[in-house]
Amino acid sequence: MSITVPQEELVKPTAHRVILPFYIYSALSFLIATSLLFFSSESVTQHFFNPKLLAITHTIALGWGTMMILGASHLLVPVLIQGKLYSTALAYTSFVFAASGIPILAYHFYYFDFGRMTQLGALLINAAVMVYVINLAMSMIKSKKENVHAAFIFTAALWLLITTMLGLLLVCNFVDPLLPQNSTYYLSLHANIGIVGWFLLLIIGVGSRLIPMFLVSKYSNASLLWVIYALINFSLLLFFFLFLYWPFSTWYFIPVAAIFVAIFLFMFYCYQCFKSRIRKKIDEQLKSSLLSVLLMGISILVLITLIAGYTLSHATNTVFALLYGFVVFFGWLTVLIFGMTFKTLPFIIWDKVYQVQSGKGTTPNPKSLFSSRIFTMMVLVYLSGFLMFAIGIFFASNTLLKIASFFLLVSALLYNWNVFKTILHKKIKP
Amino acid sequence: MNETTNDPIRCDRALNALEEIIDPEIGLNIVDLGLIYELDFDDANSILKVVMTLTTPHCPMGESITGSVKTVLKNHFPEMEIFLELTFFPPWNLEKISDEGREFINQ
Repeated sequence: MSITVPQEELVKPTAHRVILPFYIYSALSFLIATSLLFFSSESVTQHFFNPKLLAITHTIALGWGTMMILGASHLLVPVLIQGKLYSTALAYTSFVFAASGIPILAYHFYYFDFGRMTQLGALLINAAVMVYVINLAMSMIKSKKENVHAAFIFTAALWLLITTMLGLLLVCNFVDPLLPQNSTYYLSLHANIGIVGWFLLLIIGVGSRLIPMFLVSKYSNASLLWVIYALINFSLLLFFFLFLYWPFSTWYFIPVAAIFVAIFLFMFYCYQCFKSRIRKKIDEQLKSSLLSVLLMGISILVLITLIAGYTLSHATNTVFALLYGFVVFFGWLTVLIFGMTFKTLPFIIWDKVYQVQSGKGTTPNPKSLFSSRIFTMMVLVYLSGFLMFAIGIFFASNTLLKIASFFLLVSALLYNWNVFKTILHKKIKP
Repeated sequence: MNETTNDPIRCDRALNALEEIIDPEIGLNIVDLGLIYELDFDDANSILKVVMTLTTPHCPMGESITGSVKTVLKNHFPEMEIFLELTFFPPWNLEKISDEGREFINQ
């Protein structure tokens, strides 16, 4: 038997051994973050810059969100850039650096220690991102094919690098003043570059490729995606400029408006995919991903309120700042990850377990590798907890926050149960 | 039928066999999905040539699907050498899904 293909077209997908550690790490980080939130829910009613919240935010943004995205992107990069991943060794290196840096950073934040160990944690995270950027750049150079999705993913990685470099600078600035202002002054710059530059840009870039694929939709509109790409980057650059040279300015509404338009256009893109889909039945995982697009819009509305308050009173409204962070990380990002985990992980495991068996008899459907009943339960428990928590932030109710964080913790347990059920799947003989 | 062949009878047999192979994401067999472009039976050299595509270049399931095609055809035509050619010209698109396939997706 032989097989001939254009050499550049059929390449081995990124090995599951590279991707799975990221997924496992991410799932455990989610459990740790929700446990921390449960045991220190009262910290939410204090100022947003407090040690416990700092530890929780970094566990959720780096351990949960970033690690999951890094893992998935190592799988999806070949599809997005139409070339193979440059180096699996670099992917492992990136994982090892990030996996060791994140707990060091979060642990020392929890105890409000900005000493050398915290700096080491931040340094390791920077090394992980740097290695990821190099791997991505080399993959793209080798593939020699450019497309809008590749532009999104690479630019997002560069913004992530800027975010983590700024983070390192802020950590060092606590001990040895390096910047003109104290570190807390730069927090919103650090957070927004991370949220918009890394998460938003990457999620739109990857989502715009995956959503039509999962919906079996013929809609495609590269020009619209380039407009979204330009709007987000323009917004980030302008925000950077205003923050450094013209703080408290009403001009802040321009970058926010640009982001709002970009998100609206992305919603329009998703709607067009949805309208022209061939598969009429939408599964729960995709519903969860589409819900996250809505939460993305809600988070920007909270941000507009936050900036309105900031420009009028020259002070950050703590409630809206907390609400914004919560809707971004626990709303938009988490709900998206819920959907995308069970859209990708069962296929990775199915391919690992059944590839050798392909064509030699019936194999189970990848979707049967996890429990969809537990998935639905997890989403319902999570959304109830999310809603209660948001109300709890608004009314500064410790009781509501405690109950809500218990719901979030239960959903994290259900998520982990389903992830490990999938990962530990044993081959069913034909 | 969209597939081209030089032997319609054996082509039908081959396609029936290939219907066992399901694209795991879409949940539809690769024949109704329109991934098979050509089946050529070269009896003089005992070669069965399959020209096929994937839904996307660098499809993570590509290896698994092409591996299945070779195994299934070898099982049904043990006397033939299976020669698989993967092409992306013309690229696959949704129009290639058969009417039966469209119905099946929405069952």
